[in-house]
Amino acid sequence: MSADTHGHGHDDHAAEGAHGTRKDYVIGFVLSVILTAIPFGLVMSGVIADARITAGIVMVFALVQIIVHMIYFLHMNSKSENGWTLMALIFTIIVVTICLAGSLWVMYHMNANMMPSMAPGDMGGM
Amino acid sequence: MSDSFLKTIFGRLTLESFPIHEPILIATFAGVAVGGVAVLAALTWFKLWGYLWKEWFTSVDHKKIGIMYMVLGIVMLLRGFADALMMRAQQAMAFGANDGFLPAHHYDQVFTAHGVIMIFFVAMPFVTGLMNYVVPLQIGARDVSFPFLNNFSFWMTAAGAAIVMMSLFVGEFARTGWLAMAPLSGLDYSPDVGVDYYIWALQIAGVGTLLSGVNLLATIIKMRAPGMGLMKMPIFTWSALATNVLIVAAFPVLTAVLAMLSLDRYVGTHFFTNTMGGNPMMYVNMIWIWGHPEVYILILPLFGVFSEVTSTFSGKRLFGYTSMVYALLVITILAYLVWLHHFFTMGSGASVNSFFGITTMIISIPTGAKIFNWLFTMYKGRIRFELPMMWTIAFMITFVIGGMTGVLLAVPPADFVLHNSLFLIAHFHNVIIGGVLFGTFAGLNYWFPKAFGFKLDKFWGTISFWFWVVGFYVAFMPLYVLGLMGVTRRLRHFDDPSLQIWFIIAAIGAVLIAIGIAALLIQFYVSFRNREALRDTTGDPWNGRSLEWATSSPPPAYNFAFTPVVHDLDAWYDMKSQKAVRPVDGFRAIHMPRNTGTGVILAGLSAVIGVAMIWYMWWLAILGFVALLGVAIVHTFNYDRDYYIPADEVTAVENARTTQLAPAMVGGA
Repeated sequence: MSADTHGHGHDDHAAEGAHGTRKDYVIGFVLSVILTAIPFGLVMSGVIADARITAGIVMVFALVQIIVHMIYFLHMNSKSENGWTLMALIFTIIVVTICLAGSLWVMYHMNANMMPSMAPGDMGGM
Repeated sequence: MSDSFLKTIFGRLTLESFPIHEPILIATFAGVAVGGVAVLAALTWFKLWGYLWKEWFTSVDHKKIGIMYMVLGIVMLLRGFADALMMRAQQAMAFGANDGFLPAHHYDQVFTAHGVIMIFFVAMPFVTGLMNYVVPLQIGARDVSFPFLNNFSFWMTAAGAAIVMMSLFVGEFARTGWLAMAPLSGLDYSPDVGVDYYIWALQIAGVGTLLSGVNLLATIIKMRAPGMGLMKMPIFTWSALATNVLIVAAFPVLTAVLAMLSLDRYVGTHFFTNTMGGNPMMYVNMIWIWGHPEVYILILPLFGVFSEVTSTFSGKRLFGYTSMVYALLVITILAYLVWLHHFFTMGSGASVNSFFGITTMIISIPTGAKIFNWLFTMYKGRIRFELPMMWTIAFMITFVIGGMTGVLLAVPPADFVLHNSLFLIAHFHNVIIGGVLFGTFAGLNYWFPKAFGFKLDKFWGTISFWFWVVGFYVAFMPLYVLGLMGVTRRLRHFDDPSLQIWFIIAAIGAVLIAIGIAALLIQFYVSFRNREALRDTTGDPWNGRSLEWATSSPPPAYNFAFTPVVHDLDAWYDMKSQKAVRPVDGFRAIHMPRNTGTGVILAGLSAVIGVAMIWYMWWLAILGFVALLGVAIVHTFNYDRDYYIPADEVTAVENARTTQLAPAMVGGA
């Protein structure tokens, strides 16, 4: 009987064991700090001369940062919520990839085909 | 009082903002005012305010919220359809020397308002209302996962609708078309309040839509009755699941696009302007990343309705349930892969256009599979031509035509000829009226006895059906012809007199649809008057197959005294064939969520903020925002959120149902 399914979400949580331990949070926090400090350091010290390489490295750190947050703070793994969390993650990645890659592709072509360039000589490419 | 003081208080709102020089608007306002005062007076006279507030406005019951969504949809349908009639009349008469009756300034607002209202405040409330009402009943739940959030979502949608309605009499609405394409919607080309009305109405209603999507998604995943695995879920619930996944993934894109447009308009950024590095094409790209999934958000729930109706009225299990589910999932993903077909002509070139043309054609395959599944469900079935089934058959014929013209438009070279023409208008009305509206009417006639305990009158329903269906064809087939002849959309005046006859035929079609709508309203009235004769005492008037028919009509507040246990896909049909006995004793107290007025207050404050932002009354916007946060925080301290329906009360309700069922049992035996 489900007389108490409503409004008692808190009861189920303990059973799921999804809230993580203090150790998890500490590991997550330390990793986040490191992953934030390194990109800041790279940009502020300017050890790598090429700004584009720096930007690329920062993006990689950002990605790792997202994954750290998902594992240690959002407690996502393949088993949580009977796999629904993982399913939702895969769907999100698919949709976000489609939208970002698609938009870049579309807008790149728009830009190449439709934007008048500054130099009159380039207009022949249209 | 000085000018600057007035400006601080009222922002851009001045006496000139009220359209007192527009006779059409004055007449409309007079009509609305008289009607509104009459309704308010009647509510006061019959002392209904307390009842409405306690039983409906503050209700967290998914059934009542579902019904309120449907009422909102019907009210806004009248407004949106009034706009349609005005456009049809204008286009039928404005030839040569005749300028018609709508000035350009007004006409542009009319076609924008028509599109915005029909999509956001008619179609969306209809699908959300149906899902809200039916899904918890179908999965054997007592309410949605977050009942308060559900109430709040409804009132946010209603607040958005109220803001659009307000633009009719205070200021003006956007003149940009229903998607407010940049740079036309930017401050340079639309300096007035119209686009701001558009932005704030959609942003506020969008919060409601998104939250209701989250709510129903959680409900379907977490609250199914024991035994109801995913592949034992009724097909309407499956379609609702796919729809809400689409809502949750797509609506944030709309929110983001509109937020960037507002930044352009309010603080002078350059996301979508022509100058300073802005890119209006990005607006088109992003709004359609939301816009295409949106059309599937509208149609998928109705595919679910048609599946339920076909199976029930053919007396057979749905043909190809598994393929139906997979078709839904394939559509859910493919819906994100076709958006560019809305702007083939913007110039992304052959490779991009071919890709999106092909994905668009691919998406018609799962849709086609569904049509065949419905046909095979009907094949050798014992079909009962009740109203829901009639709407379903009208849908199948109409939607196939609309689908085929859609595939035509998916061919990029053809689209270069047909884009922006009345052919496109005919196409999307063909699928939206033929799909979404016919589906809503099928669902309305199908579940009305469940919601109110009596069937809808068949005579007036049939009248409404024929006028709608015939009216649709008369109104929109001429537009296909005109579109092929090259007539573009949104025109206010024509020079070529040979075109006029087609517009006159289309206007006649619109009048037929108007009679169909009138017949629908009469159908409600007549059914209410004859409700004793139309009474459904069994809870299962159509010999249904899914769980919503297992409980009484209308269902008690708690839906099911005992949570049903599911063994088969058609759970209720299975129970009936197993001769399952309804439990008549051993009832226990039932834990339920308590009503709260916070949703109404929060949505009201949101509307105040929206209006203040539209008119640049900054002090009011800040005040409203602070109040909004305050009320939200205070609500978190409200611990009186639930109560128990005592076992005695449950027993009394269930005993009444036992008594009600007794004659039916005798009759059946």
